[in-house]
Amino acid sequence: MQLFRLTAHELHDLLVKKEISAEELNLAVFDRVEAVDDKVKAYVTLTKERALEQARSVDRQIHSGEKISPLAGIPVAVKDNICTDGILTTACSKMLANFVPPYSATVVKRLDGAGATMVGKANLDEFAMGSSTENSAFFVTHNPWDTERVPGGSSGGSAAAVAAGEAICSLGSDTGGSIRLPASFCGVVGLKPTYGAVSRYGLIAFASSLDQIGPFSKDVTDCAMMLKVISGHDPLDSTSAKYSVPDYTGFLRNDVRGLKIGVPQEYIAEGINPAVREVIEKALARLEALGAHVEYTTLPHTEYALSTYYLIAPAEASSNLARYDGVRYGFRAQNTDDVIDMFMKTRSEAFGPEVKRRIMLGTYALSAGYYDAYYLKALRVRTLIKQDFDRAFEKYDLLISPVCPTTAFRIGEKTDDPLEMYLSDVCTISINLAGIPGMSIPCGFAQGMPVGLQLMGRHFDEATLLRAAYTFEQNTDYHKAVPEL
Amino acid sequence: MSNYEAVIGLEVHVELKTHTKLFCGCSTEFGKEPNTQVCPVCLGLPGSTGVLNKKVVELAVKAGLVLNCKIGTYTWFDRKNYYYPDLPKGFQISQVFRPIAYKGYLDIDINGQNKRINITRAHIEEDPGKLIHSGGSIMTSHYSYVDYNRSGMPLIEIVSEPEIHSGEEAGAYLEKLKANLEYAGVSDVKMEQGSLRCDANVSVRPVGTTALGTKTEIKNMNSFRAVQRAIEYEVERQIEVLEDGDRVIQETRGWDENRGITLSMRNKENPDYRCFIEHELPPIELTPEWIADVKGTIPELPDARRKRLVEEHGLPDYDAGVITSSLALAEFFDAALKKYPDAKTISNWIMGELLRLLNARNMELSEAKITPDGLAALLELIEKGSISNKMGKEVFEVMFEEGKDPGQIVKEKGLSQISDEGQLSRIIDEVIAKNPKSVADFQSGKKQAVGFLVGQVMKATKGQANPGVVNAMLREKLAQ
Repeated sequence: MQLFRLTAHELHDLLVKKEISAEELNLAVFDRVEAVDDKVKAYVTLTKERALEQARSVDRQIHSGEKISPLAGIPVAVKDNICTDGILTTACSKMLANFVPPYSATVVKRLDGAGATMVGKANLDEFAMGSSTENSAFFVTHNPWDTERVPGGSSGGSAAAVAAGEAICSLGSDTGGSIRLPASFCGVVGLKPTYGAVSRYGLIAFASSLDQIGPFSKDVTDCAMMLKVISGHDPLDSTSAKYSVPDYTGFLRNDVRGLKIGVPQEYIAEGINPAVREVIEKALARLEALGAHVEYTTLPHTEYALSTYYLIAPAEASSNLARYDGVRYGFRAQNTDDVIDMFMKTRSEAFGPEVKRRIMLGTYALSAGYYDAYYLKALRVRTLIKQDFDRAFEKYDLLISPVCPTTAFRIGEKTDDPLEMYLSDVCTISINLAGIPGMSIPCGFAQGMPVGLQLMGRHFDEATLLRAAYTFEQNTDYHKAVPEL
Repeated sequence: MSNYEAVIGLEVHVELKTHTKLFCGCSTEFGKEPNTQVCPVCLGLPGSTGVLNKKVVELAVKAGLVLNCKIGTYTWFDRKNYYYPDLPKGFQISQVFRPIAYKGYLDIDINGQNKRINITRAHIEEDPGKLIHSGGSIMTSHYSYVDYNRSGMPLIEIVSEPEIHSGEEAGAYLEKLKANLEYAGVSDVKMEQGSLRCDANVSVRPVGTTALGTKTEIKNMNSFRAVQRAIEYEVERQIEVLEDGDRVIQETRGWDENRGITLSMRNKENPDYRCFIEHELPPIELTPEWIADVKGTIPELPDARRKRLVEEHGLPDYDAGVITSSLALAEFFDAALKKYPDAKTISNWIMGELLRLLNARNMELSEAKITPDGLAALLELIEKGSISNKMGKEVFEVMFEEGKDPGQIVKEKGLSQISDEGQLSRIIDEVIAKNPKSVADFQSGKKQAVGFLVGQVMKATKGQANPGVVNAMLREKLAQ
């Protein structure tokens, strides 16, 4: 039995039945990391001692007959832009290559509280800016299905770790598709929760009004378990909503009868890879066969989403990244003339090209004389995009689309063309602008590479997403496919 | 006077009196070891997010109300982006687009004339940390230290309209602002500790014109007096520049207290702060009911108190104005009045002795040892004739320094006054006998001669005789 191939809920059963120990499970996952991470490069930091200590503590609980929580002892990877007390948290930037936070993010505390063990910190595009993990200052993560290809981004390390069996579940963050895109490319389940559902305290901010932490897993049940643990109001984060967290696993019913599903035609427009389109259409037919009402609909402002996003997100980023000035922590340029020179050289030397590009875009959009024409206008269009969704959800319980018009592309294929790279997010960014939940589940393969189906729901209606996703999963086998490494 | 008119607007930063900072739970206590009152939030560490301190909103609304401002029921925070080592996030959280309080005013007294200074806005913002340079400035220092204890402290910035026309008006505006905020319990308003800071925007224009001249921003004033002097200097300087046919340069100038001049610090050509909404904090939504509740907690303000002292206690308006200019002084007055119900006498002593000593020693009332009860007891001793007014002043000074009971001081110093007629009669007889010429003068109609004789009695008693009693007795004896 290859423990690293199992899901969290399967492993939980084995732990409770004492057929395996948490230590054994964690050692199995670290063995797997040892065996394949040279090829995948999912992790930037491993935390084996910490994980084994956590695992032994879970074993003691089991041994003394205590009831353990569903994630107890389960090895989880954490994206390296989420702060971990006493453990390097780099955002995969040269700027923070030596940064050890004195505190943990709320989600990390919640996972710790649930007894989950942390395998390590997963690779990402520098400061979560990118769609391929090629912008990591350290190295590229490879897609476990084809190591010549990218895993998607920016949470590429988190997605690849789960797909490769180097973690059972993981955490990512999603500002414009950074969970859903790599989930789609790597053939795993990924969920971006409603904005405000999960605390952002300890998540290194990229674009504060869009960033949201969410889980990766091998199946929908694990996704619901992870979501339950990390969700809920956090008094340390003003943007976290006050709501009662439901028991998401309770919504996992194999039943979509009567569910009204809208398919925004703009998301399956020209530019979509025909093989991907075929997979999506087959998935829609499957849902219809299972009793859902599926019809095409429209989100008319979709064409403005990309430009809106590339004004709002960089504007916020230009401000959020201003703190990296070499004064207090992180990288500081040497041999500088004065404080201004230190600021400039520090930032010039330690930020990568994509981060600089976005800081410049954002600075420009916020500048006097351009603010109204760019930033303010983008905020107005954002409202229109939200209203598109509001109107759609008056009619439909759920919207479905592809996550990306293509499957995982080759490493280096798009690095010279930022615009082409940005187009990878064309189906995912509107969801962040609207603040609604979005999910990617495996729905088939195109030319041997996984294709993700995107499910979009009403604010705080993760339940409907999970139910539809679970039903699809129960009636298909795509989630069971594993890459050979 | 010159042919120019000064146009002055003041920007006053006031630290709100809370136990914890604006967006985190760190203590706001003054004077602690550098960088001991910090956390991920006020250090702006990656990933940290802040949460608004409710008390700040309450105090800011209170401040707005005592500045006669309208209160915004839907306001929010914005980011003001700029780089400086004391600013840990690279932006300051402030209220740029919608201040919590706006369109207020303060009425000041200038030579007995009421003048209204309008207030543009009062908004909440966070304080940066504090820099200490090894050299003259950050650009010339070999190294600088930065203390983030102050980072994230809650401030309100109060911006006046450019309607102040002299240093004197600026001083009166600041006194009024300070008194109102102090009464409302919003801030300690201590300029020495930095809980009140003031920058002045100064420009001049030819009398009769309305267009604003080029302004300079004056910083580094450490007292109201300094603000007044700096403005007066700067107005003169600008007039001279214009008279010489030059133009005033828009810049920031620092006040040099020792030399009494302003010096150019840096050119300030409209920096672009790239302000935009702070998405990490929700908007501040206030109901009219909540604002009314806050209003209900505001105590009597200086103007009302001053009016009360005039109407209920018959104090001259000037006295009432001085006493109510500081809450501590007004409370001292009220407490003394409870024990000794002669308002004017108390006022005389406060305005005379108490303020004289406080000014002379550059002290705050809270540092002086004298209590209102002590003053009342002293005034009773004087009233009973146990000591003279002059002795009273001596006793007062001891009470001010040491806080002892006046009766005890009188005893220790052997200061008691001789009012006993039997005791005085013998001394008066001796003086009459020794001074036949004065007696003759008096009896021939030079009534002022009695003054000399009283003086001789006082001399003989080493000042302890009650001069009123001596005077009456002398007249009686000489008339015989």
